[in-house]
Amino acid sequence: MKIAIIGNGISGITAARWIRKLSDHSIDVISSESDYFFSRTALMYIYMGHMRLKDTQPYEEYFWEKNRINLINEHVSRIDFESKKLEFKSGGEHAYDKLILALGSASNKFGWPGQDLKAVHGLYSLQDLELMEKYSEGLEKAVVVGGGLIGIEMAEMFHSRKIPVTMLVRESSYWNNVLPQDEAEIISQHILDHNIDLRLGGNLEAILDDGTGKVGAVKVKETGERIECGFVGLTAGVHPNVAFLKDSILEIDKGIVVDEYLKTNMEDVYAIGDCAQLASPNPGRRSIEAVWYTGRMMGETVAHSICNNPQKYDPGIWFNSAKFLDIEYQVYGDVPPELPEATQSLFWKSEDNQHSIRLNYHAINKNLTGVNLLGIRFRQEVCEKWIREKTHIEDVLKDICLADFNPEFFRTYEQSLLQQYNHQTGQGIELRSKRSLNQVISFLKS
Amino acid sequence: MAEKVYKSMSFANPHPPFTDGVQKLAAAIGGVGLLLLGLALLNIKQVQNATMLWVSLSLLASGTIIFSARAYLTKSAGIKNDGVWFNNLTNRGLWAWVLGIIITGFYVLLYWFPSLLGLNSDGNTGLVHFFDPLSMALKGEVASQWFVYGTLYTLAILIFGIKFIWKYRHNKYQIVRTISVMFFQLGFAFLIPELLIRLNYPYNDFKNMWPLNYYFFDEWSIKGFLSSGNFGLLMLLFGIAMIFIISPILTYYFGKRWYCSWVCGCGGLAETAGDPFRHLSDKSLKAWQIERWMIHLVLLFAVVMTTGVIFSFLHNNPNGYWMNKGLFVALIAGLCLGTVALFRFIPVFKNGVSKRVNNIISVLGIIIPGIVYINYATGSGNAVFLNFYDLRKTYGFLIGAAFSGVIGVGFYPLMGSRVWCRFGCPMAAILGLQQKFFSRFRITTNGGQCISCGNCSTYCEMGIDVRSYAQKGQNIVRASCVGCGICAAVCPRGVLRLENGSKDIFEKTDDLRTQHIQ
Repeated sequence: MKIAIIGNGISGITAARWIRKLSDHSIDVISSESDYFFSRTALMYIYMGHMRLKDTQPYEEYFWEKNRINLINEHVSRIDFESKKLEFKSGGEHAYDKLILALGSASNKFGWPGQDLKAVHGLYSLQDLELMEKYSEGLEKAVVVGGGLIGIEMAEMFHSRKIPVTMLVRESSYWNNVLPQDEAEIISQHILDHNIDLRLGGNLEAILDDGTGKVGAVKVKETGERIECGFVGLTAGVHPNVAFLKDSILEIDKGIVVDEYLKTNMEDVYAIGDCAQLASPNPGRRSIEAVWYTGRMMGETVAHSICNNPQKYDPGIWFNSAKFLDIEYQVYGDVPPELPEATQSLFWKSEDNQHSIRLNYHAINKNLTGVNLLGIRFRQEVCEKWIREKTHIEDVLKDICLADFNPEFFRTYEQSLLQQYNHQTGQGIELRSKRSLNQVISFLKS
Repeated sequence: MAEKVYKSMSFANPHPPFTDGVQKLAAAIGGVGLLLLGLALLNIKQVQNATMLWVSLSLLASGTIIFSARAYLTKSAGIKNDGVWFNNLTNRGLWAWVLGIIITGFYVLLYWFPSLLGLNSDGNTGLVHFFDPLSMALKGEVASQWFVYGTLYTLAILIFGIKFIWKYRHNKYQIVRTISVMFFQLGFAFLIPELLIRLNYPYNDFKNMWPLNYYFFDEWSIKGFLSSGNFGLLMLLFGIAMIFIISPILTYYFGKRWYCSWVCGCGGLAETAGDPFRHLSDKSLKAWQIERWMIHLVLLFAVVMTTGVIFSFLHNNPNGYWMNKGLFVALIAGLCLGTVALFRFIPVFKNGVSKRVNNIISVLGIIIPGIVYINYATGSGNAVFLNFYDLRKTYGFLIGAAFSGVIGVGFYPLMGSRVWCRFGCPMAAILGLQQKFFSRFRITTNGGQCISCGNCSTYCEMGIDVRSYAQKGQNIVRASCVGCGICAAVCPRGVLRLENGSKDIFEKTDDLRTQHIQ
């Protein structure tokens, strides 16, 4: 069987790897972005000089030949679903028996005046990075519009090259449409501490031409202020990269609509990763989750389905992670920005404002529902087990050491977290386990 | 040699202002210190005095320390790898080559032409003479080229250790570990041996054990211990205990890191002065294959050489000691055949290596005692047909000097900081084997959190492709891992943790946590 995968990001490549593990099908991976799979999340580190492009490529070149995964550098301009053929921009054609669409995302643009000027870009693809690099030459000032994960990455990138940068963020504190207020404030302060000019509660009104077709300044709606700049980063989210399929017979809403087996409305066509929109996502989950981890899970799931072992896509307990300048972030389970009705929250932060722990739990049943961490590393398997098994918050706290994943000698915070809980609730609970891998192993096997 | 630069990444800001005025001044201060050493090397009379020595060393130290303070303490604590691949010095540019050639040249003079450094039995001149005052103060003897080397080596670990601590000041593991290598270098490698000489005991670096210390079992070394009374005997017994008792126990509990990145001087220099070059190690599969052959061949060479050395001087002392040739041959046979049995019958060892490697171990494990026995039975003075003296000399030249010194340090700016530790150190080979098969140590991967970014692999000084394990959700259990902890530090998602546990010691690598469908 001849399988074609469009897109060589984490979703497409994971699918290809698993199809090879499970079968002898012919596998073609088509992408015009890059010859080899690279880690999209690492693009920022190339710009910052931490790594070269080749360092961000998880597999050496021999890997693809050894695993008989055929990489094709072409741009698919049209898909003929009925005769099962891809048409390349270069004029060629490519037949398939089964097709996996792993098309990724494109940066949002909300119709701002001047959004198509030169030196106005998002950051998603390798080409975006190349343009950012190009326009950085002699750049004296950059503005980043949008306060999400890519926004802060872009700000950090410019900051690393000592290019002054302003972050124009619509919300009242950084990313507080995702982070609870306490955490959002810690990060906002952290951004300011790095001398990044963070403007909260500011909307973009227009991007202004410098007279040559290139950006010269931006105008802020609320204040009318004009900020001179030679580059504007548009990082107000992403959307599925499906524009070229809009007029096809494929069912598309915001993304390519798929069922629980990641099948589209067309026979033998699947969609995974950022471009897929689940018709019926799990309760509490979004229909489109443009996240590395879900892309990887979808890739593995679809490979099983294609190899005669149909599997429903189940992303399990939500988790994600990021790094805001010097502060790492991890989340497990359900931690919405606003505390839901029947939920209570234990929030602890260190005096230096660099570390925090939030444990959300059900107000009546007292079971752990979510964990949010800044500057602290927890063990994913332990947190998932607690959440999955609806562990009582006090049992979680007594065993909180089991979750510790910080480097050895990292200062202890467990006592102070417990004190806070005892103070908040009037209880008198105490730690009952130590930081010990053996205890963790016993716990996970129990 | 130089990596092909991705064309479109034409570094927009090729000369970012990564150094400020204070740093330039600091570089000038250090430069004057270096200049004084240069003048001493040229034997300029005006600088040949104790004051100038102190001035020179103080300027070198303060220049480096001021430079580092500006580089790190003016910024918030966190990972400081901005611009590493843009910097000429750390991306195999011109300055890297210049530095590499200077260090390599220094080692060549040190090992083979010390007279050019000023070593002279009729009275030192040049650089060696420059260090006479310090040597006289410490041990009451004039300096040798090794004293000069030891002083500069220790100074480098101390001042670059301070730099390293500031660079990773958000990470206590790094701070503690670095204080440890600084302590062992200053105390155990530098001060104690010199004081021992002052007290008329043989020179001994307690932590420097066989086979890294390949002359430990040389006749002169053993005799030196045995002729120094009870304390000498104690030093000899401690050295042997280090090899057979202390080291295996510590490696069981903590992995080889207790030695390689906490105690060892070679590792100490690599971790401190070599830190800016750690990312230059080769991560390819090819390099790993070469590494495994090379390091184990060096270990074999060291074992055979030492066997020959001991065998030959036991011949000279047939009576009076509990150890004699016959017993020694039996001991060798027991060790070799024991190893063969281990890899043939004990599952964890058997499954830990490929069939081919297992066969090689069996063949060697039978041939070596066979050869030794034939030599013993025929009354030959040599253990392995070859003249032990030649073997020992070849080892000293090829491994002890050329590999560990000239290539090991001289090539820092071109091949990364752990070339010797990775490809050549027989001590690392032994500890690595134990770490792989019988140690509680591993690097745990945190569930499915890896984003395959590559920071861990890039900054692994041992060239381990850490990411290849992390992205599978598999723990990292590699013989070569020295447990420096930098992979865990640079990971932007908190995915890696160095830890020890006995419960799953033989199934440390079983979990594949990113596998979603069971």
